[in-house]
Amino acid sequence: MAIVTNSGKAVVTLPTDTQILITREFDAPKHLVYKAWTTPELIRRWWAGNRGQVTLAEVDLRVGGTWRYVMVANGGFEVAFHGEYREIVPNERVVSTEIFEAIPDVEAVATNTFTETDGRTTLTILVQHPSQETRDGHINSGMEGGMNEAMDHLEQVALSLA
Amino acid sequence: MARAATTADAFNAVAEPRRRQVLDALVGGERPVNDIVVLLGLTQPQVSKHLRVLRDVGLVDVRDEGRQRMYRLNGRPLKPIHDWVKDYEDSWSERFDRLDVVLDELKEMEHEDGDSDE
Repeated sequence: MAIVTNSGKAVVTLPTDTQILITREFDAPKHLVYKAWTTPELIRRWWAGNRGQVTLAEVDLRVGGTWRYVMVANGGFEVAFHGEYREIVPNERVVSTEIFEAIPDVEAVATNTFTETDGRTTLTILVQHPSQETRDGHINSGMEGGMNEAMDHLEQVALSLA
Repeated sequence: MARAATTADAFNAVAEPRRRQVLDALVGGERPVNDIVVLLGLTQPQVSKHLRVLRDVGLVDVRDEGRQRMYRLNGRPLKPIHDWVKDYEDSWSERFDRLDVVLDELKEMEHEDGDSDE
């Protein structure tokens, strides 16, 4: 197995009652993080994490263009998100709406920012929700199936460290 | 998806900032209602109402000591809130770990392109 530079865990915070902030540093320049973030065949490889397979990644990367990602989760159910690009500054920032298709009337706005320092890139994703209720729903979205599995996984990791 | 009643679980109970202040006031230990009234600068009926909600979801326990009702914090119902954010964080970590693999390949490709240009 290839040795992969792992830059650590994602950090999730809830800055206000209606926001989610996700931060992660990558050992790569920002134009490559941006490329991996916006190129369909690359998105297919990372977006599902360990929780399933990406079956669709459509990206029309222009203001007013739409995106749609679909995965089949390990539990067999589909998880789909789509949205529309509102702002695009190549290699710097992508602002788009984000709709979890199981709750189609709730539209969040995600601001993805790529900041490079000494060849390393910090990605911040600020998800702004219309209300606290929808934000709380978002964190749960599609995750019910992964909850126990993730807890089991965490437990195994903890045990392996002991 | 069915919506939980406004105060049916810890998530909703701590959504109200005053109730978070009540919990903060109890972090240091057990207190009578009057202490909380003074600390928060609210009326006793307001504090009692918040305590009632917190009791209903199990975030505070109460016992009688003489003529006073003593309240104390019970953190256990907060665990689902922690787990909930934790799981979301884990799912993003999994994604980013995969993104690391993609990025290493992109760096390698760029490096090779650079070499062939020379």
